[in-house]
Amino acid sequence: MDQVTLAVLVRNEPGVLSRVSGLFTRRGYNIHSLAVGPTEDEKVSRITIVVKEEEKRLEQVIKQLHKLVDVLKITDLTNAERVEREMALIKVHGEKRSEILQIVDIFRAKIVDVSPKEVMVEVTGDTDKVDALIYMLDSYGITEIVRTGKIALARSVKN
Amino acid sequence: MPHTGAEILINGLIELKVEYVFGYPGGAVLPIYDALFNSKLKHILTRHEQGAAHAADGYARTTGKVGVVIATSGPGATNLVTGLANAYMDSVPLVAITGQVQAGLIGKDSFQEADVMGITMPVTKHNYLVKNTNDIRRVLEEAFYIASTGRKGPVLIDITKDALMNLATDNSLNIEIDLPGYRVKTEGHPRQIHLARKLIKESQRPLIYAGGGSQDAALVLRQLAERYEIPVTTTLMGLGVMPSKHPLNLSMLGMHGTPWANNAVQNCDLLIAIGARFDDRVTGDVNKFAPKAKIMHIDIDAAEIGKNVPVDLPIVGDAKAILSELLDSDNLTHKAWLEEIYNFQYHDRKTNIPLQEICKNCSYEGRKNAILPCQKESTLSPQKVLEHVGGVLEDELIVVTDVGQNQMWAAQYLNVNKPHSFITSGGLGTMGYGLPAAIGAQIGRRQERVVLVTGDGSLQMNIQEMATLAGYNLPVKIILLNNGVLGMVRQWQTIFYEGRYSQTCIGSIPDFCLLAKAYAIPSLRVATENDLEPMTQALLADGPYLIEVAIDPDESVWPMVAPGASLCEMFYAQRAITPAWKR
Ligand SMILES: Cc1ncc(C[n+]2csc(CCOP(=O)(O)OP(=O)(O)O)c2C)c(N)n1
Repeated sequence: MDQVTLAVLVRNEPGVLSRVSGLFTRRGYNIHSLAVGPTEDEKVSRITIVVKEEEKRLEQVIKQLHKLVDVLKITDLTNAERVEREMALIKVHGEKRSEILQIVDIFRAKIVDVSPKEVMVEVTGDTDKVDALIYMLDSYGITEIVRTGKIALARSVKN
Repeated sequence: MPHTGAEILINGLIELKVEYVFGYPGGAVLPIYDALFNSKLKHILTRHEQGAAHAADGYARTTGKVGVVIATSGPGATNLVTGLANAYMDSVPLVAITGQVQAGLIGKDSFQEADVMGITMPVTKHNYLVKNTNDIRRVLEEAFYIASTGRKGPVLIDITKDALMNLATDNSLNIEIDLPGYRVKTEGHPRQIHLARKLIKESQRPLIYAGGGSQDAALVLRQLAERYEIPVTTTLMGLGVMPSKHPLNLSMLGMHGTPWANNAVQNCDLLIAIGARFDDRVTGDVNKFAPKAKIMHIDIDAAEIGKNVPVDLPIVGDAKAILSELLDSDNLTHKAWLEEIYNFQYHDRKTNIPLQEICKNCSYEGRKNAILPCQKESTLSPQKVLEHVGGVLEDELIVVTDVGQNQMWAAQYLNVNKPHSFITSGGLGTMGYGLPAAIGAQIGRRQERVVLVTGDGSLQMNIQEMATLAGYNLPVKIILLNNGVLGMVRQWQTIFYEGRYSQTCIGSIPDFCLLAKAYAIPSLRVATENDLEPMTQALLADGPYLIEVAIDPDESVWPMVAPGASLCEMFYAQRAITPAWKR
């Protein structure tokens, strides 16, 4: 399975997310993660989709997406110079708070909420970094996690 | 003077040169039907919304225009779904207009509310929910544009009742299309065209495989085939692109294709696919399909390229434009290749008995006879009946079929000599498509003879449209091949389930001739050779006619490639004998 990151610009119309997600369900493509939000143009939304598929089916995914009338532009960011971010909020048991603080520091994450029993950690970074932090915190007892889909933007051309 | 949304809609349809709409009224579309009342738009009232959708589809296929269908909210709209899916699979341009409950009532499970946009999303090319009267005209314009350009398809517009009733506040109605994400590519890329010319010149054994997407390009396709002497095989959807009796026409390929067409596919060195989509009913085992060939694929839908088979040379664009560009070289000949095709001897693989004498020359009759009869002697064979029909009506024939054995026999035994004249549910295989589609076809082409070939199962799926046929006195001739069974499914039970005929016998009820009488449609029962003469009269009658042909339930469609098998593995039988085969 290959993995690609697609930036899909769509018209900000009702139902557009259903169209995109419905296409994936109907044709049996696997969405790994999906993130939607507004852009600099209020009529346009940007959907970042990470797709895991066999290589020859990936081309189909892009072509089928292109056929949706509300899809304006698709950029395959997989091989582009790009910045990728994911964010996670992690609730973890707070007994060994100082050890947790150290780990959080190493990952340049933040404590964003504290209670007598738990701390909440906020982290942003690429997928590996978020995964790694979760792995490290696991032994302290994670009670809840929320993760966003990945967002990505190609870097500007230098010089 | 300001207009209501419904008036804007009806006037818009007239401005878009729509002559006929098909539909069925109801609460949410009352404003539309009121605006229709005094308009010059002609409305065909069917007896079921599915019938209206298929009729609009048949009209669109035979005329090349956009078919328009109207239905009310909730059940009216859900009844359209099969019709939309059918049109979507076969790339038929339709615009469906449905009423929706008032905007303020949406989401409250109101009376006759259904999420029509959600339900129809996967079976339409695009769809709209319109809540604002000012948007109606623009959306209509866009819907027609989307439906009729690129790879054609159905578009649905769901309009709330209040948007239909309100007056437009914007008097200078904007009809400017605003579709930045919709692009249609028509011209083929010059580099690809150049490479295509080269491939054609280098090929010793070229073959054209023409699908439904080549119907509009029929003329130039034929010129190309003739100039470069390339044999042509068509899909079910491609029938009529080449006249049936044309010496270069190998007829249909695939599961029930002709032996020489399938054999040519397996032995060609260049396969030129035009507006075809490598469906599993065509390719059989896709890994063994056209094993010796380079594949050139001409299609307007880029997503079709490489979807099912890897392609050596894709050309994305309009088939007519691309083929015209390919038509600029000197004549070519492929005598040896054609001879090889025509001399192909078909042997049953299991028994190694040559089951037929394939003609030694390219005469059409010889080739046709080679896949002939598998009938029992006591009854008339469906093949013979259909050849009789073809003989009587010959050139002016529009064939509409239902689904099942009747469909395959019609494809094999009726001659189709013009494009847009073999109307069938190819992709979805919708039983019940035939009768309403024939109604639409006859309305679209009043002067031509429309013949519906149907089965007793299929006809009963939309039998209520007999009333529509009679009411508008449309001269459709219904050839009902009555075998008392769901023939095609039964055939599979014979072959793959040891003759365990589970739920495929539908018996001798109703009496179709009596039923026709109830609908004031004259009828004739055909059982023996002697009935063929009265049948000729019936076929030439002015109004509608039901011709019921009693056929043996063991009649089967041959040859056949088992699903998933390679096209080399064709089976053939004589006289309703099932060949011994196991998967
Ligand atoms: C709506 C629908 N339901 C079920 C089927 C499955 N099916 C395919 S062919 C067939 C039998 C058709 O019987 P009939 O119309 O009598 O035609 P015959 O094959 O006997 O000519 C059936 C049930 C279908 N194609 N469409």
